[in-house]
Amino acid sequence: MINAPGKPDFDQLAAIARELRIDVLCMLEKAGSGHPGGSLGMTDVFTTLWFGGWLRADGRHPDDPDRDRFVLSNGHICPILYAILARKNYFPKSDLDTLRKLGSPLQGHPDFHHTRGVDCCTGSLGNGASVALGMAIGARVQGKDFHVYFGSSDGEAQEGQLWEMATAAAHHKVDNLTGFLDWNGIQIDGYNKDVMDVRDLQAKFEAFGWHTQTVHGQDLKGIDAALRVAAAVKGQPQMILCRTVLGWPISFMMNKPHWHGVAPDRAQLEQALAELGVPPDEVAALAAH
Amino acid sequence: MSSTTVKPPPPPTPAAQKVATREAYGKALAELGKTRQDVVVLDADLSGSTRTNVFAKAFPERFFNIGVAEANMTGIAAGLSFTGLTVFCSSFAMFATGKAFEQVRQEVALPNANVKICATHAGVTVGEDGASHQMLEDLAIMRVLPNMRVIVPADGLETEQVIRAVANVRGPCYVRLSRLKTPMFLPADYQFEIGRAARLRDGNCVTLIGTGLTTYHALRAAEQLAAEGLQCRVLNMSCIKPLDTEAVRAAAAETAGIVTVEEHQRAGGLGGAVAEAVAESHPCPVVRLGMQDRFGESGDGDALLEHFGMTAPAIVKAARDLLART
Repeated sequence: MINAPGKPDFDQLAAIARELRIDVLCMLEKAGSGHPGGSLGMTDVFTTLWFGGWLRADGRHPDDPDRDRFVLSNGHICPILYAILARKNYFPKSDLDTLRKLGSPLQGHPDFHHTRGVDCCTGSLGNGASVALGMAIGARVQGKDFHVYFGSSDGEAQEGQLWEMATAAAHHKVDNLTGFLDWNGIQIDGYNKDVMDVRDLQAKFEAFGWHTQTVHGQDLKGIDAALRVAAAVKGQPQMILCRTVLGWPISFMMNKPHWHGVAPDRAQLEQALAELGVPPDEVAALAAH
Repeated sequence: MSSTTVKPPPPPTPAAQKVATREAYGKALAELGKTRQDVVVLDADLSGSTRTNVFAKAFPERFFNIGVAEANMTGIAAGLSFTGLTVFCSSFAMFATGKAFEQVRQEVALPNANVKICATHAGVTVGEDGASHQMLEDLAIMRVLPNMRVIVPADGLETEQVIRAVANVRGPCYVRLSRLKTPMFLPADYQFEIGRAARLRDGNCVTLIGTGLTTYHALRAAEQLAAEGLQCRVLNMSCIKPLDTEAVRAAAAETAGIVTVEEHQRAGGLGGAVAEAVAESHPCPVVRLGMQDRFGESGDGDALLEHFGMTAPAIVKAARDLLART
């Protein structure tokens, strides 16, 4: 159970989310590879967490032992995490231009040896959520009150280890653990229902003993409200299942499995930036940066 | 690094105390828990067999049973360590390293997590449970992981020292332990040190190198060979990684050749590590005793060691054969 922050300014959060999406698209175009779909889809959820007063972490003190932790178990959507960390001053924003390049602090998947503000090495689906659970238990053992948040996804829910984690977290009554599961229905090979139907994920987590909620993943107010409900839960881990739209809100990316793991080219980036309302003269400058 | 020379142990008597290294592990862990508040222990439903239950009884608030879920346990261990704790994580060697290999690589070795994987029931001496439970590839797959230290204590005394040593060094360690009760044969003044082999017997004929419980058999073989006038050097290579390459080089340079013996596949374990070191420093004949690219089977632990050629008769024969061709 944690003390909820005051109501955020949702207009301001929406503006931040838009700018983070611009950063995500620009860095992926420069990198030439990476995963835009989930990064864009989960932007509103993570914007609420990081800029809505929830996650207690300070870019000036990334190793503070009492900070809240954030583990991106679906590590492939790290572009959104990097955009957030840059905005939170963990590293210069210019580092975003180096994503996935040799010598860059920004690895293709999160790696805390390289990147300030990353709490874990993730990328192999299933693993990070267990690490998050370990961190949450670590707080209990040491009598600390930090909270652990983690990102997961419907694709990751095909990994058996996620359910090992779900079983153990409920058994040990770990309540300083909140997950956000990106339930966009799409994975790299196609739609979940065609590749491997994960069925009703809320009912499954409920059956495993978690406190569960399903939210519209693009609704900032709904996400904040769900965090308020989760914050009051005692004796249970909490899962917030996020019905996001892959690629939101870029017209040619939305709900297209292709955009799970393909970077936009220059023309596609320019179109996407225009759709985000970037003025024509700034589009060229951003794309060329 | 160089090998330390210790007094030759006295010949074992039939009444020599026998202790399984897993037993010594349980006691050492509980002892460690008294002075180290940062030590947390995880197990995967085998705490009675791995003997972590001794710690669990003494420090229930620092013990977590994760159930039959080794992959999850390994990730949790890493997460705990990232909050500043020293984590011991136990299961059978088959599951701790085999089932959870990917998690060990991604969440323990890659992040350089302060996690000590102490796995019991390694090798054929698991005995009656048979091939599915006889881990014979763990040294190979742990040894190739960057950041990982790999240690196989030879008896109960060394196990206690190893547990203290791994608790005092930051970063990942793999400690391989046994189910079988084996003689407490190391001398009372024995001192384990990470990265150092112990020279248990001097000689310039052939070098016999054991790791874990096979070191005892190497010593017995050396006694038999000595009776024939062949003075063999015996090294206890409890630390497979980092390997005491200086001790290996010296053995290669000063004796006719090296015989290694391990209850592990001949590929990739002690024999593999020694052969690599010899090839790079001072090439000499190396005979590797171990599992001949096959799986084990059910039986009494001591009988299986004998059956698969990891005891004194096989070591004596290997040393004689090596001498005959040099």
